[in-house]
Amino acid sequence: MQPKPEGLDPKTFIGQPILRNEDARFLTGGGTYSDDVTRPGMLHAAILRSSHAHGLVRGIDASEALALPGVVAVYAWADIADIAQPIPIRLAPLVGLDRFPQYCLASDKVRFVGEPIALVVAESRYIAEDALNLISVDIEELPAIVDFAGASAPKSLLHDAHGTNIASAYEVQRGDVKAAFAEADYRRRETFVCQRHTGVPMETRAVIAEWDVAAQHMTVWGATKVPFPNRATLAKMLGLEDKSVDLIEVDVGGGFGIRGEFYPEDFLIPFAAKKLGRPVKWIEDRREHLLSAQHSRDVSCILEIACKSDGTILGLYAELFVDLGAYVRTVGGVVPAKAAQFVPGPYRIANVGCSVQIFLSNKTPVGTYRAPGRYESNFFRERLIDMAAHDLGIDPAEIRRRNLVLGSEMPYGIGKLVPYEPEGEYDTGDFVAAFERALQDSDWNALNARQGEDEDGWLHGTGLACFVETGGAGPKETARLVVRKEDGGINLFIGSSALGQGHETVFAQICADALGIPFKGIRVFHGSTTYLDEGYGTYASRAIVMGGSAVLNTAETLIETMKPLAAEALGFPNEALVWKAGRFETESGGSSIGLAELAAATAQEIRADGSFSSTRRTASYGTHVAHVAVDRRTGKIRLIDYYVVEDVGRIINPLIVHGQAVGGVVQGLGGAFLENLAYDENGQFLAGSFADYLMPTATDFPSIHCTSLELSRAPSNPLGAKGAGEGGTTAAGAAIGNAVSAALRKYGAEVHELPVTPSKVWSLIAQAKAAAGQ
Amino acid sequence: MWSASGRRLRASSANPRADQVKPPPFDYAKPASLSEALELLASDDDAKILAGGQSFVPVLNFRLASPSLLIDINGLAELGRISLVDGGLRLGAIVRYRDLEDSELVAAENPLLAHALHHIAHYQIRNRGTVGGSSSHADPSAEFPAVSALCGAEYVLQSIRGSRVLPADEFFLGALTTALEADEILTEIRFPPWPRDRRWAFEEIAPRLGDFAILGAAVLLDPGETRILVFGAGDRASRLPRAEAALRGRTLDKAAILEAAKLASEEIEPQGDIHATAEYRKAMAEVLVERCLERASGVKVVA
Repeated sequence: MQPKPEGLDPKTFIGQPILRNEDARFLTGGGTYSDDVTRPGMLHAAILRSSHAHGLVRGIDASEALALPGVVAVYAWADIADIAQPIPIRLAPLVGLDRFPQYCLASDKVRFVGEPIALVVAESRYIAEDALNLISVDIEELPAIVDFAGASAPKSLLHDAHGTNIASAYEVQRGDVKAAFAEADYRRRETFVCQRHTGVPMETRAVIAEWDVAAQHMTVWGATKVPFPNRATLAKMLGLEDKSVDLIEVDVGGGFGIRGEFYPEDFLIPFAAKKLGRPVKWIEDRREHLLSAQHSRDVSCILEIACKSDGTILGLYAELFVDLGAYVRTVGGVVPAKAAQFVPGPYRIANVGCSVQIFLSNKTPVGTYRAPGRYESNFFRERLIDMAAHDLGIDPAEIRRRNLVLGSEMPYGIGKLVPYEPEGEYDTGDFVAAFERALQDSDWNALNARQGEDEDGWLHGTGLACFVETGGAGPKETARLVVRKEDGGINLFIGSSALGQGHETVFAQICADALGIPFKGIRVFHGSTTYLDEGYGTYASRAIVMGGSAVLNTAETLIETMKPLAAEALGFPNEALVWKAGRFETESGGSSIGLAELAAATAQEIRADGSFSSTRRTASYGTHVAHVAVDRRTGKIRLIDYYVVEDVGRIINPLIVHGQAVGGVVQGLGGAFLENLAYDENGQFLAGSFADYLMPTATDFPSIHCTSLELSRAPSNPLGAKGAGEGGTTAAGAAIGNAVSAALRKYGAEVHELPVTPSKVWSLIAQAKAAAGQ
Repeated sequence: MWSASGRRLRASSANPRADQVKPPPFDYAKPASLSEALELLASDDDAKILAGGQSFVPVLNFRLASPSLLIDINGLAELGRISLVDGGLRLGAIVRYRDLEDSELVAAENPLLAHALHHIAHYQIRNRGTVGGSSSHADPSAEFPAVSALCGAEYVLQSIRGSRVLPADEFFLGALTTALEADEILTEIRFPPWPRDRRWAFEEIAPRLGDFAILGAAVLLDPGETRILVFGAGDRASRLPRAEAALRGRTLDKAAILEAAKLASEEIEPQGDIHATAEYRKAMAEVLVERCLERASGVKVVA
């Protein structure tokens, strides 16, 4: 795709594959990332983390560390106890979860390997790390909980005061599951596991804090995702007003859901800066990142399906077991709640029940990672649908076609499957059209004819997976537009944070069209709390839906704000003026005034504030197709081709949407094939480096084909946009599970567990052969 | 060497904290000659040799080792030579993988080694990583030690006390363990001449290209002798005497290959880890040895 020549038709920046404004800066090393932030007199922090999974803290002795030249301070629980507050749960407040929040340092107990025990502040990071080795911590080890069996039969309690390791448990239902199963021609029940893995942004977490004693003001760099709520949290923890705290978003090297949540370090570093009266910097190293940034997924499911003999799905019943780790963090029960909600996916299934068990373990706390809960449930459901199709002798495409919700059924009510939300819906969509397009793009009929084909020992398999992702809502988002005096261009301030998605480009595209002005003159400022009085942030694929719509609304307000100024300048009444291509003109023509002249003629700054609110989620949806070949002797898997078709409602910038889709697929494939945050039975972490935690590299998955469609605009927002950030990831585990199982069909082996590694595939084949007496 | 912060370390800094690094504090020396390096090493029981740093620097950064002194031998040009002596390839300890990849001598005199290079990590690592460093680190899944063991290479160890030469199977003692004494530096690896009529094969399974092997195998077919080796299956790369014996004096046909491959699987005792089970490694020994023998001999085993 070629970038559009600019200035020809300014009304159409939306939809154009414009190269990203930020790319030149990023690609030439001109970005300012957190570690580029340096303040005068800055100190450096390192964090002592528990090397025990579970234990009683009997004593901490930091005297030797404090004696090391260059060490300025060491803080442990006793130093923060009088002001310590738990990290609040921002989202998904399932009943019971609030009993298990995390404090920013361990007090009497450590509950996971990596839990912060003490903070060392020193003249350099290196001295701080040297000092960590000099702190002696006396820990009396306790038995570790590492799975549901251990959690539910508690030989050991993580949080003694509450007498249980079950953080929350609930049941939800729509329709009559019991009756549906009773009348079904066919039932099958299987157990599936989606392993613990998470987002691993290129840039690790970072906090740089500076306390201005004179102004009694705290500034924190390194914020992202949700700076505004995080500011409120930090202000409360420090006993300050919100306005006395600013969170600054510099360039961010990826987030994927985990970066930018409120972590212990987001309190500890500002606390130290305030206490010491000097700026303090902490940059997470990669080992710390793998240990202590939020993990995700880690859901097991016993899923049962009930069908008519023609493949019509009558009911689904899921028992979900979700490991939240040692504490409940900011995003609460999003992973379990969304895993349950998306058990039925994009299908017309009248009767759905979920029993959800959320347990604690001696592992790193869980947060949201791109397509939280959805990735897991798509894998469970799509696998079982393929098994049912095979049992019933129905083609895997045909069984999906028969059950996908139709465009004519929209909006499609999905009932109340989330305890803390009202009844849900899929707003609009033509699920079947996207599905058929994926079959067409991938040449499904040809691939399907090759299922199980043995080509020199490589078995071909192709898997389908359909998904729907609701997102793009939440608290209101805010924007401000200011006309620059010097050139009449626009400074656009937005509460949405930017974690690398290209916001400086897409928000400018939206604004350019809304005002009918050139794209070039719009500068986008995002994320920082200094730009706006209120705002929220970026998650759940909401930036364009919420932030983009806020920009549209604010542009309208700006035009209305400028009208009387233009009327005065031109000597015509308001009613006589129309806004056209960036200028006010008199209806009769003749006189006109543009932004630059208007700004020059006006004493005060010309600006407008606006916002957009919506609680109605947008439903993006689509289909993944994976074509693999499996070495039947070694279990090695080659990904031959991968296709995604997704409807995202309205595409602001096709280059960016395409990049989101492809990047999302690669992350999804990482979860399907490689990534595993493994622990041993004692709760020791086994994936603390990139030699252990395997990520896809640039050459691993070369053949990915993504198509983004604009079939059904969202009615909830003036852009008609839907989320476009997660569709590439969400069904990748499902499609790979189905493709590999299809390749292994002749053995009757089925994938039940991610990641699908050569070792596991070999075991599946060996077990199937043994079962068949071969 | 460059530290994790990208700052240059200076030799013999008066204050060890003046140049700060991610690892625990250490002194640093960059000797100008091998004899100077040996003197330094003999003078400090906790000194360590730094070659390409591709394994050791991560070990330091994770604080799994805290040497008192790092002796950087990257300046010792005498250890960087690739040569042919008495028909055998000789590699100085700081020869980098990248040097091997570029070497026509290596391609001609040890095609197995030339082939195995493609499986060794990624090119950034091959630019720095050295044959001596990898051998001294002695990771049981590493390719270079495996190839050297199969070829019957000899390891030259020097100290101020003198020098000694050990065959590979006496140099590698176990996982991350070699015969190197605290005052010894591995200076050279000597390969025997490569017979012109030798046939060979190499197979490896790794999660991604460039990863340490889950399991690897290699074979050499010489008139009258077949050598079989697997790596990643135990505490070091090992030849498999039972499998080799099964082929002694026998025509390498399908039945012989299948039998040797089966024996290969039986005579190893691998461990499981997060990437693969022990059973998988055992099974893969059979598959990879079979494939190696098939490829080296040209006998079609799988229809």
